Amino acid sequence: MIRSDILKDIAPILRDQLVVCNIGLPSQELHMLDDQPTNFYMLGTMGLSSSIGLGLALAQNKKVISIDGDGSVLTNFGTLPTIANNVSDNYILLIIDNGSYGSTGDQPTYAGKKTSLTAVARACGCENVVEVAAKDTGKALQEAIDGDKMTIIVAKCESGNIKVPVITMDPVVIRDRFMKAVQA
Amino acid sequence: MSINTKIVGDLVANDISFVTTVPCKQLAGVIDEIDAHPDVLHIPSNKEDEGMGLCAGAWMGGKRPAIIMQNTAIGVTINTLATLIQYYRMPLPMLISYRGELREPVACQVEMAVHTKALLAQMNIPTYHFHTQSDADELDAILKYTFMCNKPVAILTDANFWGGYGDQ
Repeated sequence: MIRSDILKDIAPILRDQLVVCNIGLPSQELHMLDDQPTNFYMLGTMGLSSSIGLGLALAQNKKVISIDGDGSVLTNFGTLPTIANNVSDNYILLIIDNGSYGSTGDQPTYAGKKTSLTAVARACGCENVVEVAAKDTGKALQEAIDGDKMTIIVAKCESGNIKVPVITMDPVVIRDRFMKAVQA
Repeated sequence: MSINTKIVGDLVANDISFVTTVPCKQLAGVIDEIDAHPDVLHIPSNKEDEGMGLCAGAWMGGKRPAIIMQNTAIGVTINTLATLIQYYRMPLPMLISYRGELREPVACQVEMAVHTKALLAQMNIPTYHFHTQSDADELDAILKYTFMCNKPVAILTDANFWGGYGDQ
């Protein structure tokens, strides 16, 4: 399974949740699969999906799922200690770990080599870290939603991309409809 | 009233309830007061672009945010300011320790100080420079302006504003 297969699997679970989605292909794929006002698509700023999601979770009570990638977490490694030390039980970080920078041509990341993001997250102090095979992502995500405990899920999958259109929606429109969904 | 208490008082009076910080010696007193304030959620961040991500999320979640950092962080956050805060039109007061100005003891700080205002100007970021303590009288108006226009706004506070570094 590749990232888009995981997103296709979990789209029905994501539909009713606030989702902050990583820059590039992950946002484009989610937008194509199941565009929702509850999705905040990142059009730039690699690495900050987990930080935006944590800020959102800390500011209000609804569940928040940040969808991130291994390359983006590596870019913003400082996020893991911040998450660990500011526990927000309405927050789930889903790292889709395909061991590559998918949006830029599948160059390998260090997470696909020696570095285990699961081990790093635990070492940073994150208490509920679950590593799953791609096919089990939906089950792990639903359990995390039902569990009311801040959870980091590392979903291991294969590298690879599908053809998707870019998101042409204006960023202010994305943000405005997302904020209305947050308040609804 | 100390200048730290005045600054935090203005933040709270403007409903700012989520503050992220990357520390600076000059800002230590403000950070202590923010950490102790019951109406402010203080989330220290490891890097300033991460902090801006936290602020973006907090604002979308209904809390007014602010970031406290050094001017060296302008070098770190240009992309985040352009592609997140400005692109999505989000308000972000940035209370910035303006290192490398008059009475600065550390030479290397001057290297980013000479770029600070030029970078902020290039980014079209409204910028205010506090040099004497009475300049902080405008803080309340600057915060209202920030949340009126939904832009990042820089408040540079230099060593003279903070009273220098002892013998400097």
